[in-house]
Amino acid sequence: MASVDFEHVSVEFPIYNASARSLKKRLFQVATGGQLNADQNGRVVVRALEDLTFSLRDGDRVGLLGHNGAGKSTLLRLLSGVYEPSAGRANVRGEIGSLIDISFGIDPEATGRENIHLRGALLGVPKDEIKERMEEIIEYSELGDFVDMPVRTYSAGMHLRLAFSVSTVIRPQILLMDEWLSVGDEGFRHKAEQRMNELVESTNILVLASHSKELVRHVCNRLIWLEHGRVKMDGATDEVGAAYFKD
Amino acid sequence: MNSSFFMGAVRDIVDATRRLSLVGTLGWQDVRARYRRSSVGAFWLTISMGVVIGTIGIVFGQIFKSPMEQFLPFLAIGLILWNFISTVITEGCTGFIAAEAIIKQLAIPLPVHILRMVWRNLIILAHNIVIFPIVLVVMQKPLNWVAFLSIPGLALVVLNLIWGALLMSTICARYRDIPQIITSALQIVFYLTPIMWLPHLLPQRAGAYIVDANPFYHLIEIVRAPLLGEAPQLESWLVSLVMCVLGWLVTLTFYGRYRRRVAYWL
Repeated sequence: MASVDFEHVSVEFPIYNASARSLKKRLFQVATGGQLNADQNGRVVVRALEDLTFSLRDGDRVGLLGHNGAGKSTLLRLLSGVYEPSAGRANVRGEIGSLIDISFGIDPEATGRENIHLRGALLGVPKDEIKERMEEIIEYSELGDFVDMPVRTYSAGMHLRLAFSVSTVIRPQILLMDEWLSVGDEGFRHKAEQRMNELVESTNILVLASHSKELVRHVCNRLIWLEHGRVKMDGATDEVGAAYFKD
Repeated sequence: MNSSFFMGAVRDIVDATRRLSLVGTLGWQDVRARYRRSSVGAFWLTISMGVVIGTIGIVFGQIFKSPMEQFLPFLAIGLILWNFISTVITEGCTGFIAAEAIIKQLAIPLPVHILRMVWRNLIILAHNIVIFPIVLVVMQKPLNWVAFLSIPGLALVVLNLIWGALLMSTICARYRDIPQIITSALQIVFYLTPIMWLPHLLPQRAGAYIVDANPFYHLIEIVRAPLLGEAPQLESWLVSLVMCVLGWLVTLTFYGRYRRRVAYWL
């Protein structure tokens, strides 16, 4: 039973070394970015998200659409708990699994095996579970003996295979993704697709930021369109998709 | 309002203690990074500390006209402990700043980053402490059972350091000048604390001010004195305990009030 309830949530970043004076002249909406503003003290702020109100329930597979800098990644981070809203209330209930950056924390000097421990620990997977599933993860990644070599010797693809194999062992109630994970060569990609589908099936709520029309049509049953930090449209995939992708 | 900040901070600390295996993994990773492709690795710190202790011990021991078997162990353990304490405080100032990337990426309770830094420094302390038994053997000075008192002493020191680091990390995430101020202050404190000089060498009245009013003296004493064969003065235990309780109260309130802002400040 997972749920997300946002009430008038805003995220406002104060920028401490930007000169308020020079930017005041250029406070206008541009094609990209959040909203630049100045607060009461004349300090420059970036309002990444403004007045978001929505609710997510079990079964929602939400796609986040929007231009670069619209606030999609900030919203994902807000959902994962990295940021607490600077205004409004955000209530996120359920175990969260964040696949926003699956390579994060990987130590290039450490071996593949050591990095599996590390990634697992960062993801919140209990130590004994990692030990139990170590062989399974290594086998899945098909890295063979390379798993005992330092990760700096890997190719980019191998790097991603390692990250993917360990990051997708989680079965969270709320899954957050910044773009779909499609890694590896032809052979691996089929396996990866299968595992991604398994992962998504097993979660209660999915929130996926994407720029791809096919992907959101295929995976999502609801789309939220963000523009300059505000919700422009929130509804069924066909309806919002038609409006967004037409432009 | 105050109690909800306090409770928020307590909850964060409790959440952090649930992620102790992550703390352990990250702390070890930091230390192992120093071992990579290095023959001696973290022991380079130990070797350089040993050289410093030997040199200062011989020179200053002659200047102060102190018997080597009294001065050298005193100096050794004092320098090792000071190195630990000052490094934890210095790294404590930049605790959140250094962890900026991970704080903005993964929702891990903030105290985990402080605990990681403390754990890493404890591992390094364990490397450096190797010098002390060597000095004892060279000076033919035995340990007695009192030495075990240094373990709860160290625990109390660590508890104090954790609140200090948590408080400083939060302040320094917002005000970036403070780490510099702390570094300078620590240099001064080093000379004001009996580490390179024996306390009984100070004339009585000056001694009361400089030594007794110095919280660092007391923190070091509760670990150093047992290892040198004497139980620490009750005063030192009391000062350290009171500092711990008051420090945690202040830190939990302050950290509780500002913890939601830390990710925005970085």
